[in-house]
Amino acid sequence: MNPVKENRTPILEVDGLSVRFFTRDGELNAVRDVSFNLYPGESLGVVGESGCGKSVTALSLMKLIPIPPGNLEARRLHFNGVNLLRASEKKMRDIRGNRISMVFQDPMTSLNPVLTVWKQMGEILELHMGLKGGELKDRCIELLGMVGISEPHMRLKSYPHQLSGGMRQRVMIAMALSCNPSILLADEPTTALDVTIQDQILRLIQSLAKDLEAATILITHNFGAVAGMTDRIMVMYAGKIVETAPTMELFHNPLHPYTRGLLQSIPRADRETQERLFSIEGMPPDLLRTRIQGCSFAPRCEFTTQDCTMHLPPLEKVVQDHHVSCWKAK
Amino acid sequence: MRKYVIRRVLLLVPTVILLSFLVFGIIRLIPGDAVELMVSEGGFADDTKELREMLGLDQPIFVQYFKYMKGVFKGDLGISLWSGEPVLSEISRRLPISFELALMALIWTFLLGIPIGVISALKQDTGTDYALRSFAIAGLSIPGFWIATLILVFGAIWFKWVPPMDYIPFREDPIQNLSQLVVPSLVLSLALSAGIMRMTRTMMLEVMREDYIRTARAKGLTGWTVVIRHSLKNAMIPVVSIMGIQLAFLVGGTVIMESIFVLPGMGKYLLDAITWRDYPVIQGINLFICTLIITINLCVDLLYGFLDPRIRYR
Repeated sequence: MNPVKENRTPILEVDGLSVRFFTRDGELNAVRDVSFNLYPGESLGVVGESGCGKSVTALSLMKLIPIPPGNLEARRLHFNGVNLLRASEKKMRDIRGNRISMVFQDPMTSLNPVLTVWKQMGEILELHMGLKGGELKDRCIELLGMVGISEPHMRLKSYPHQLSGGMRQRVMIAMALSCNPSILLADEPTTALDVTIQDQILRLIQSLAKDLEAATILITHNFGAVAGMTDRIMVMYAGKIVETAPTMELFHNPLHPYTRGLLQSIPRADRETQERLFSIEGMPPDLLRTRIQGCSFAPRCEFTTQDCTMHLPPLEKVVQDHHVSCWKAK
Repeated sequence: MRKYVIRRVLLLVPTVILLSFLVFGIIRLIPGDAVELMVSEGGFADDTKELREMLGLDQPIFVQYFKYMKGVFKGDLGISLWSGEPVLSEISRRLPISFELALMALIWTFLLGIPIGVISALKQDTGTDYALRSFAIAGLSIPGFWIATLILVFGAIWFKWVPPMDYIPFREDPIQNLSQLVVPSLVLSLALSAGIMRMTRTMMLEVMREDYIRTARAKGLTGWTVVIRHSLKNAMIPVVSIMGIQLAFLVGGTVIMESIFVLPGMGKYLLDAITWRDYPVIQGINLFICTLIITINLCVDLLYGFLDPRIRYR
């Protein structure tokens, strides 16, 4: 793990990203004022529970949010010098799958059931790399071998239902990396898989991304998954970043009560078995119905004061690279 | 796969036998028979009894049935009571007309139903969508014979157009022949394409929400590639099954269109045969249609496997 140097130019700059959905029941603020930079080759972990806006953040980086009902706003959204906010749909298609690619959560439903592996892998290489015929086939076989699929030339003719969950996710990874992207977004890539496969898949993503010098954003609700994999972690709650720090710093010195709660709720093998697992009281706010004025974690926080419920704490720098959004953290 | 097809074809035999039994019995329950009509029309015979004997209609119904079925298994559908011609040759003479009409209606159904369904789904909840859906509702609810009648009446009044009374075979003049069939096949396809359109729309909307469509978009594919390659093939699976059911209605529809637009096809022949109580002809056409529909259904079931690789035949 190489420490992130601030003086390098970021490959991705996100400033003030907000995503809202206009639903039948009202307006939903899925992502609120999210800002971060991603540096070339860096590995960033995004941690948070379901519905905190992790996936929506990732999808908005590729502008894959359906508009309408969605609405995407940001002060700045630059990829490699290209202003994504202004980019045309054609420009975005050039970037998707080519410069920024994505591995999705559920490999059972993310591959098209009626097309062969060969068809699904081939179309992306044909589109972005202009490969054809034998060259295309060789590249597909090479990629499948790279992600650890045995007998790749046989597997090309398979349909997704003929592959196991782990194999399908390997195919997804092969597809995502096929055009040597600068950024790989992995949205809970192991959630739908067997525990025994999870570690293999995470290590595969890590090592391949390193080989290809791609920056990765690993989205997960599992702190264990990001521990050894990422350089930096961003903790999200109710659509906002509540804490961000280099991985080691965050594990040793968590400042936000939510981050601490999450870290305490990791089951550990070296603890007394009779001990009940820690859990954070209450539920995350319903982003559709509640208007959040102060800190969104305030209703569940043990340190809440009146200040917390009234005023939104800014994301402030505490030490080098460690930012937290909490009135009480200092 | 081969086993599956053989079993399905063998299953055809009991179905056809059961149907033949029903048709054979039911047409004899209709009041009045061919003999009475023949005598009253005159020219065939003076005595009903003599005519019955001549045509073999005096024998008990079971004897008649077994004699008939024996012939059917040898490929002999009997002889028309009125024309004295073998039923099989009468059918095969008229079949191409009905087949052409049904095929054209089917082509219209594909050309109208599927693209309109896709467009309607892509433009969900817009004015276009509402307009196309209203068209579909109208197509489903207005009976074809009524539209056909309107076309005849107002075509004659406003455009001085009436459908030609003489049928021109395709071989003689293809263009004339096709233009003769355009209107009846289009009317015939209205209800069908409306059904297909609604089904296509629903399925497209469902498929477009699937994860693999998001994957396809994340690959950077163009909107049309996503729609055609990734959505449509998945959406077509249930559409094909609906199509199989509708084909049966299509056969029924040819009967109506042929009699309205005076096309000398099998459907018109069936109606005439019922009017004249020509038992062997009615039986023959019904057996033929039944076998045809079962075969079509088999083809549709096999088509599933082609569209959906997850389906295997045992």
